[in-house]
Order: sequence, then C-alpha cells, then structure tokens
Amino acid sequence: MLTASAGAPVMTSARHLGPGHYAHVVFCVLVFVFLIAPILVVVPLSFNAQPYFTFTEGMLRLDPDAYSLRWYTMVATSDAWLRALANSFLIGGSATALATALGTLAALGLSNPAMPARPLVMGLLISPMVTPVVISAAGMFFFYSTLGLTQTYLGLILAHAALGTPFVVITVTATLTGFDNNLLRAAASLGAGPWRSFRRVQLPIIAPGVASGALFAFATSFDEVVTVLFMGGLEQRTIPREMWAGIREQISPAILAVATLLIIFAVALMVTVEWLRRRSQRERG
Amino acid sequence: MDTQDPSRRPTSGEGAGAKTADVYVEFNGVHKTYDGVTPIVRDLHLTVREGEFLTLLGPSGSGKTTCLMMLAGFEAPSAGAIRIDGRAVDAVPPRKRNIGMVFQNYALFPHMTVGANLAFPLQVRGLDRAAVAERVHRALRLVRLEGFEDRHPNQLSGGQQQRVAIARALVFEPRLVLMDEPLGALDRRLREEMQFEIRRIQRTLGVTVVYVTHDQQEAMAMSDRVAVFNAGRIEQVDSPEVLYEEPRRPFVASFIGDNNLLRGRVAAVDGDTCDVRVGDVVINAFMVTRHEVGDDVVLAVRPERTGLVSEAGTYTNEFVLRVEDMAFLGDHLRVLTNIGGHGFVVKIPNIVGHGGVLAGEGVHIGWATLDCRAMRPPEDESSD
Repeated sequence: MLTASAGAPVMTSARHLGPGHYAHVVFCVLVFVFLIAPILVVVPLSFNAQPYFTFTEGMLRLDPDAYSLRWYTMVATSDAWLRALANSFLIGGSATALATALGTLAALGLSNPAMPARPLVMGLLISPMVTPVVISAAGMFFFYSTLGLTQTYLGLILAHAALGTPFVVITVTATLTGFDNNLLRAAASLGAGPWRSFRRVQLPIIAPGVASGALFAFATSFDEVVTVLFMGGLEQRTIPREMWAGIREQISPAILAVATLLIIFAVALMVTVEWLRRRSQRERG
Repeated sequence: MDTQDPSRRPTSGEGAGAKTADVYVEFNGVHKTYDGVTPIVRDLHLTVREGEFLTLLGPSGSGKTTCLMMLAGFEAPSAGAIRIDGRAVDAVPPRKRNIGMVFQNYALFPHMTVGANLAFPLQVRGLDRAAVAERVHRALRLVRLEGFEDRHPNQLSGGQQQRVAIARALVFEPRLVLMDEPLGALDRRLREEMQFEIRRIQRTLGVTVVYVTHDQQEAMAMSDRVAVFNAGRIEQVDSPEVLYEEPRRPFVASFIGDNNLLRGRVAAVDGDTCDVRVGDVVINAFMVTRHEVGDDVVLAVRPERTGLVSEAGTYTNEFVLRVEDMAFLGDHLRVLTNIGGHGFVVKIPNIVGHGGVLAGEGVHIGWATLDCRAMRPPEDESSD
C-alpha cells in the first residue's frame, strides 16, 4: 500500500516531463492564439490616433501621442452610432423578453411526458438555430413583407425573437431535466395553484437556466446583421448594421472602438452566465 | 377466532364498520390501470378511521403508493370512488383536498429557508404575518427543530430534513396526512428514532395518517392497523398483532414475520380443524377458511411456535425430524429440518435441553393445532 501511494506521484510527474506533454501544451497555446489574437488585436488599434487600421510606427514605439480616444469620442458623439446603440438595445431587449417567455413556456410544455409529438415540436422550435441565417432571413423577408412588417421595429423584434427562442428552449429544457417534479406535487398538496407553484417554486429553481437562455437570445439579436440587412430600414439600423455600413462606406477606425466596447460587453455577459451557473449549482447543493 | 373479522373476504374486512361515524377515508371498488390492460390496483375496498394510523404495506409494485397518490389526488382511479370525510373527491384537485403529504425524498423547496417552507401553505391560505410566524414556530417546536427557521434545507441532516417535511405537512393543520416511505433514506438507527417520533406527533395531534412502507417491522412498530398489499390487492387489513397471530392468506403469513409454508391436501375435517396430508405425514391444523376433504391448502407454522417434545403427547402434532443444518444465534437455535419433503425451520430458545439437538440426528418437535393455520393456496384467490 505504501509503495503504491508513493509510486503514483512519481508516475504522474514522469508524464509531465514527457516531450508529448510539451507538444500538447504548445498546441493548446497555438489554438488559443489563433482564436483570441484576431479579437484582441482590435483593442490597441481602436486607440489609434491616425485613421488607419494598422499599427503606426508611433504605436509600435509606444509613443503616447500615437494613441488617442478620438474614435471613442467620435462614436459617443455620432447620432448614427447612438441611434444604432439604442436600436440594438430596444430590439435586443424586446426580442429577448419575447423569446424568453415563449421559450420557457415551450420548454415547460416539452418537459411534460403527456405532450404529444414532442420530438417534432422540439425540432421545429430549434430549426432557426440550424437553418442558415440567410435562408431564414430571406424567408422572413418575403413572409413579413406580405404582412407589412418589413422595415418596422416589430418585424425585427419578431424575427430576432424567432432566432433567440431555440437558445431559451435548450437551456430551460436542460435545467428542467434536473428539476424534481415532486416539488410541484408538494406545492399542490400545500394548497398552491398552478400559477403560484410556477412562480414561487419552479421559476426560482430554473431561473439560472432561464437567465442564461435569455442572455444567449440577447447576444443572438445583439450581433445579428443578416436579418437586419434584409428587413431593417434606415430607422432600424443596429450596431452590427452600422458596423457593416462603416466598413463598406466610410472605412473609419470608429468601428474598432465599437468592436472593443462589444468585446467588453460580451465578456461581461459570459461572466454573468458563468456566475449564474455556479450559483444554481451551489443552491442545488 | 374470527370475531374481529365478520366477513370472510379480507378486502372487505372492514365493511361492517364502514358506515359508522368515525370513518374518515373510504376506498370503494377502486381500480387503477395505466394502459387499460395491466391492473395496478384491483377492486380495492378500504376504510381509514378518524385519528387512525393506517399503513399500506407491501413489496414494491404492489400498488400501495398508487393508492396513496390516488388519495392525494395526483392519480385518478380508473374505476370506483374515494371518499374523504363522506365526500367523493374524484373531482377535487390535490390543492383543494387539504391533505398534508410527506414525500419519499422530502420534496422541501431548496431555494427557501425552513421558515419559508413552513410558511408557504399558510401564505397560500392567506394567513397574516403574525399568525404565520406563530404557527411556523409551533410546528417547529412539535418536531423539535426550534430555531431552525433561517437554515436552508441543504444545511440540514437527512433526519432534520425529514422533520421539516413532517412539520410542513402538519403546519396548516390538515386532518389527514399521507406519508410515502418517509424513512426510506435514513439509516437504521435514525429510522427507529423517527418511527417513535412520528407516532408521538400523530398521537399528540390526533391526526389521521396513511403511511406507505415496504418495511414490515416499520409497519408493525407504528400502525394501529396495517393493510397488506400484494399484486394490486389488499390481502388483509388488521392490527399488527392480528396480522402476526392470525394471518388469513399465505402471502400475509410469509410477509409478516417468519413462517414455514407447507402445501398439502385435506384428508379429514372435524369442525374448525382438519387433517392435512403433507408428503408422507399428516398434520392437524386450524382452518382459517372452510375446506372440504380433497382441497389443496397451505399450512403456516411459525418457527418459534414449535417446541422440543420432552414428553410425548404434549402437542397435537409431534414428529421426529432429521436435523439438516443448524445455527446458534445466541438467544435461540435455528434448526433446518425436513417434513414431508418441505424444508422446515424450527426456532429453539436457548434454554435447558437445547444442547441435545445435533446436526444429522433426529429431533423430536411438536406444535399445537392452533399454531398451524390451513389457508387457501394463492392460485385460488383470483377465482373468487
């Protein structure tokens, strides 16, 4: 027993020192560089004092004069960018609210064994996630135009809600598989009606799943450009749509400043999701 | 012998008393099937008296939990009716039945404190803040968990969670409480402690309890009466003592305590007793149900009701049996013998004379007619 326990650490440390191990580490680092470098490189460039998309000599020398906040100032004072920001939050927020409510209801229904044709309904609800966006966007365009919903906020909100719902359905369904249905029976035996059982017992317990689904739905809407290109009018330009225009029409590092802000926002979202996940794990004990 | 049971049909054994005022719950011809073919519960008649502790006992899959769920309203009977306090409850949803329920895994709300768990049914009923606090406190005192209001369920031990679940089922003062194997997850010592605790609480409040378990010792220790379930039917409903002393079915005889079951054929009938041929021997037995000569019967003899014969003629049944195996268990000897081709266990108390029993040799044992019960074999049950 003594030799076995003494032998084990020796074995593992031997494995650490093998050339295969170093190759593995190097490979992993390369993967990370490949994934993250294109994103991170945007951040210093957004502080460029010159209207270029490349590092100037001054920037490489770390000359403070080569850096500036002029693109951030420009974004913050531009009516187009500010309207795009407002639009993104309006459309994203509304679409998220809709997708979360509908997706949660759908997941609750789909978790009921008495529900008929569950795989079929699930497949239909998930389909926006697997269909290429161009196809759904084109389809929506033709469908919505007959209803007069193109170039309206409502049209974009509905379109984004349809794209975001699958994320809510999936995360809430996953959370519900760990939900103890006896809790609902207990609530009923204590006198609670269905709505009270849902609001006071089920919803608080599945809340982390609902919230992370909502965050995904919001992120979907927030960085979605294809549907907006098809359906949005001048009024409904969102941040990605404005960036698209910025690249095509007036190549300006202002979009780098916006990109940097979006990266920070995305990181904040991910941290929130992770925090929610851990909290729910802790509560389940 | 059968005075406690005027009817010959065990499932309707309480039928004579069913119309009296103290009946609180009544199952009348209840049938349950999920697929329309396989019956889970068959033609069930059962009454629970007000203030009674009644246990539904049986192996898993015997229909006892289904009965509890039908009483709670979570399952609907396929046929028949359930009455609570004289009122048919088929159309009453669970939340309107005002029944306290303790679940197998406790089903405490994990995101709420103990206090909030207990307050939940009171808030549903619209009690004001002060009344809620007062009742929560009283319920926690009843289960000896005062001061635990602010803990979360996952900060409590299994036994404490169990107590909270019981308190929550009682805090809104229901007249009927259902418990579905509530002690299944606890270790043996805690289980025995909680048996007394639940019994104490039930007596204190005078509440009617219907309790489900597969543990016959638990059922015996806690219940006023026990309904023994087998394959969707009730085999017998009686007090623990009567179930043990006067089983009416082979299943009850073997499920409650130890019993030697011997199959034989009636050779002669004399009043309440009969002679039964088992292999090459004839055994004199008490007839639980009426039999004619030639009927197949099952005999039940408890191992501890047999004795060493020191003087021939002490018992109506006396045999010299070959000792095939034996085990010394401290307070008694457990001796495996053979009678008429059946294995037969004899329990010999550790008293003077038991040392004379030796493996491979014959042992002279006997038992009284009344300690040998002749019953209808199980196959006949479905034909009545």
